[in-house]
Amino acid sequence: MLEVSDLACMRGEQQLFSGLSFALKSGELLQVQGENGRGKTTLLRTLCGYIQPSAGDIHWQGKPVQELDEDYFADIIYLGHLNAIKDELTALENLHISSALSGCTINDSIAKSALKRMGLRGRETFPVKLLSQGQRRRVALARLLINKAPLWILDEPLTALDVGAVGLMQEMIGEHLLNSGIVIFTTHQPLEVAGVATRRLTLT
Amino acid sequence: MAINMFKYAAPSTFYGLAGKLIPVFAWPAAILFCIGMYIGFFVAPTDAVQSEAYRIIFIHVPASILSMFLYLIMAGYAALGLIFNTRLSSMMATALAPTGALFAFISLWTGALWGKPMWGAWWVWDARLTSELILLFLYLGFIALQSSIEDPRRADRAGALLAIVGSVNVPIIYFSVKWWNTLHQGSTVKLSGTSMHIAMQQAMFTMFAALWLYAVAITLLRVRSIILERERNTQWVTELVEIKQ
Amino acid sequence: MNKLSLPGLLGLVIRRDLMLAMRRRADVLTTLIFFVIVVSLFPLAVGSEMDLLRKMAPGVVWVAALLASMLSLGRMFSADYLDGTLEQMLLVPQSLSILVLGKIMSHWMLSGLPLVLMSPVLGLQFDMSGQALLILVFSLLIGTPVLSMIGAFGAALTLGLRGGGVLVALLVLPLCIPVLIFGTGAVIAVTSGVSPASNLSLLGAFLLMSLLFTPWVSAQALRISME
Repeated sequence: MLEVSDLACMRGEQQLFSGLSFALKSGELLQVQGENGRGKTTLLRTLCGYIQPSAGDIHWQGKPVQELDEDYFADIIYLGHLNAIKDELTALENLHISSALSGCTINDSIAKSALKRMGLRGRETFPVKLLSQGQRRRVALARLLINKAPLWILDEPLTALDVGAVGLMQEMIGEHLLNSGIVIFTTHQPLEVAGVATRRLTLT
Repeated sequence: MAINMFKYAAPSTFYGLAGKLIPVFAWPAAILFCIGMYIGFFVAPTDAVQSEAYRIIFIHVPASILSMFLYLIMAGYAALGLIFNTRLSSMMATALAPTGALFAFISLWTGALWGKPMWGAWWVWDARLTSELILLFLYLGFIALQSSIEDPRRADRAGALLAIVGSVNVPIIYFSVKWWNTLHQGSTVKLSGTSMHIAMQQAMFTMFAALWLYAVAITLLRVRSIILERERNTQWVTELVEIKQ
Repeated sequence: MNKLSLPGLLGLVIRRDLMLAMRRRADVLTTLIFFVIVVSLFPLAVGSEMDLLRKMAPGVVWVAALLASMLSLGRMFSADYLDGTLEQMLLVPQSLSILVLGKIMSHWMLSGLPLVLMSPVLGLQFDMSGQALLILVFSLLIGTPVLSMIGAFGAALTLGLRGGGVLVALLVLPLCIPVLIFGTGAVIAVTSGVSPASNLSLLGAFLLMSLLFTPWVSAQALRISME
């Protein structure tokens, strides 16, 4: 359960938004909308804990996020604009490292099946720099299949994805919601999950 | 006089208070400076060992002490800003830095002016002068860091962390330099004996007070301009008489 | 969910960084080559009179180590910052300080340790005695990790800023001066026939203090820079 009350954020000396309040339960999907520069990415990053809000609180499972600290981090996955993968390493190596860092050590077969689902079978052992943009994005997204964290915070997850991958992404989000996950996202492309009503939050 | 501390913690109210306080510090500073210089250069007797050249210490010593003192105050304000998230504290730290750096520079320069007639060299690697040089580098680092960061929040907080780490290091640096100085048998810049003539003490103290008052006045002036720049988009600034003209 | 233990996290970060460095071997070598070149510049600049060189040797080697260390700082965080992996590290469900310590340790292994190993060779160019060489290596062994740690703090503060390497150097070099003083002091002591013990133990104290504080302070600096 994510509860946000009276959240306000500044960038530089300007107030981006204020008085923001909402609550999300398991299985809920929230889209953050607004024009460019209105603070969508800032809101997402504030929810992750990168940015201290200028006012308001964020509560996860009833406790304030500052108190939970590392326990809160264990429960979130953040996907930003950058892929967060190392070009010099292979897709497999990248997955091993990112999973271990986020608290779930995996073996090769789990990693391979995740990459297979992402459509990268046969490319697991290439250094990532040999892959295309879209393929690299898929490697980045493979984390979502391995990490069991309930709260997904996705900033424009569909960037650089082709139609097939977009469909896959929507499927993955749907499955995650069925598994009692929560997903918050922003997007410039249409993103709909079958059978789920998307809540929308507009920043003005 | 009960001042409501929190009222003046907001940049908007502090701006007005600072403006009123500047002349309260600036005028006494100017007067004391003149008195101090007069005593130091005309009233105080000629030193037995160092003759007339020593008089530069009336600027050198207060400048040195203040440069160190101001660094600690700057670090203190910066720490307050970091811990309590008060913007005004961080602005004060930013406002103090150039003055502290100036005093460090003056200390070095007057040290050189003193050294030349004494030892024939424009610079001596005395422990105190060397530490003063390093202090100047610490100030310049703080100023450089803050000017390279565009986001004012990040600039405040990064500067604060640097200032705090710097102030923890200052005693370590001073101790190391002192040790290094004894190892290499460097010269020591000293006053002639510990007992100073009364006029010398008066001059020293007056100049110290003058420089301190000057530091307060100029910092208040600087912080006002920082406030204006940082708050330029707020209503109270756009409504100020100075801006409307 | 099986969170890594703290030593496990440390080991993972170090392994990762070493693995990455192995695939970009040129980076590691350039620091070493810079070190050698800078040291070799001094005899060219001041003449080859052996007495003078012998006296200058500890200072020259130490200053060169300091500069080489500064140069390599860019590598500590910026690659990870640019591809987004650093961002993810801020979200690990464990102590960020330990993670930063891991990065510092791998940085030292790749830039500090090679300098330590190279220094006897360079010391010979300056006709240093065997005893002096030994103490030089020892002082660098204790001192270069401290340089890496102070450097990490500077690198974390200046993440992503223009002015890059020069700004970090301006911030970090004054803080490194005590290490420089006692590092060279140890060698000078032994060449004057005095025990280097007090210098070395002070260096050891610096090492301990930095181990205690710099990972945490650098982690705070990272969070500030990544806001």
